[in-house]
Amino acid sequence: MRLRPVGDRALLLDCDSLDEARGWHAALADADAVMGARTVLLRGEPADLRALVERTAPVDLETVDARTVEVPVVYDGEDLDEVASLTGLSADEVVAAHTGSEWVAAFGGFAPGFAYLVGGDPRLQVPRRSDPRTRVPAGSIGLAGEFSAVYPRSSPGGWQLIGRTDLPTWDVRRDPPALVTAGTRVRFVVADR
Amino acid sequence: MSLVVEKPGGRSLVQDGGRPGLAGLGVGPSGAFDRVAMRRANGLVGNGPDAAVVEMLAGGLAVRADSDHVVAVAGATTELSVDGETVLVGSAFPLPAGATLTLGRPTAGVRSYLAVAGGLDVEPVLGSRSTDTLSGIGPAPLGPGDVLPVGRAEGAAEPDEGPPLDVTTYDVVLGPRDDWFTDAAVDLFLATDWTLSPRCDRVGLRLDGPALERAITDELPSEPCVRGSIQVTAEGLPIVLGPDHPVTGGYPVIAVVVDAHTDRLAQARPGDVVRFSRVAAST
Repeated sequence: MRLRPVGDRALLLDCDSLDEARGWHAALADADAVMGARTVLLRGEPADLRALVERTAPVDLETVDARTVEVPVVYDGEDLDEVASLTGLSADEVVAAHTGSEWVAAFGGFAPGFAYLVGGDPRLQVPRRSDPRTRVPAGSIGLAGEFSAVYPRSSPGGWQLIGRTDLPTWDVRRDPPALVTAGTRVRFVVADR
Repeated sequence: MSLVVEKPGGRSLVQDGGRPGLAGLGVGPSGAFDRVAMRRANGLVGNGPDAAVVEMLAGGLAVRADSDHVVAVAGATTELSVDGETVLVGSAFPLPAGATLTLGRPTAGVRSYLAVAGGLDVEPVLGSRSTDTLSGIGPAPLGPGDVLPVGRAEGAAEPDEGPPLDVTTYDVVLGPRDDWFTDAAVDLFLATDWTLSPRCDRVGLRLDGPALERAITDELPSEPCVRGSIQVTAEGLPIVLGPDHPVTGGYPVIAVVVDAHTDRLAQARPGDVVRFSRVAAST
């Protein structure tokens, strides 16, 4: 890990891997740390932040007692057949792969409550759609690159859509408003129709 | 106790101190772009520094008071009138019941801040009354007929702090990704008179000038950014991020504008020259 400057009010921990960044993020949770894909941002006086990092060690992820969220999914997404053909799997095998391993939220971005999930079945890596949709409904389940995600609200989007959930993942009247944040484990299950 | 919007003008939004500390939820900071002007307007009418105000782009707002209020406007240089009588930017003045305050178009700067004693008391969302134009969180942009409730006035007015920093050269700390550019590109970035593009909003201000060459052409894994981060797009041109910036971005950030210089960016106009001057990272 190396420290990189971010102006005069923040500091970036630049890590070699997502897991290293997650370890630092867990260790610095009280310091309002924000995750990137390989990085952790801290806000404050850079000198204070450097001192904080110096007296902190990254947490062993095995010891982190993360929250797990179960997301029931109806796998009828418009791109399910496209994902099957891109991966060489059948549609049923795509569903089995998506539900077959636990995902973890790496970092947020794009929209409030949107979390980039990693750690899924590597066979599910597919490119973004060449033609992004102008409107993706809230609750849509997407795949892009190594990531999966639930669209928390209706928005434009370029990910391959394989299903949808009724589980509300974003609600400003709830505390916290986001169901899934960095570090949350996510297990997708086939919903009872 | 309210103000009624008769004409919203260019683009008028409710803003306050914003939503710091929620980036982990994917929520950006938002808040007034020119915090100095917001705080000046609030001080003139005796509000706390981050009370909710109207942030106007390119003036043109007309609001009517439904009861007696005290208001102040700060920020861009703009003609102001109450029922046709000229009043001054940077001073507090009464807006009696039934009177209408009208703003002209700015002759210097672009953003004006209207504070009313007691502050705007619209419903907060996630602890702030700010409109985040990127995520849509917070109140909708103002439209004709909107009623803006006003809180109870309490504090005493504070004297004006004097004119804002007149900045066309913005101090920057290089990094976090200056090493993703060639040395020549970093020199060029610091030596160029950039021109503010018309494509500017609260999310980011695009700059026109020479393309900056990358030393590392890989795709950057998304990383958190801040107000003042200067991303360089795939075409090699800088974008300075504003208060409604996305919480993470995938363009390398060549440098970050020091916090105290980001407010003046809110008043820069398309065509203005923008220069960057390197300052050392504090250690």
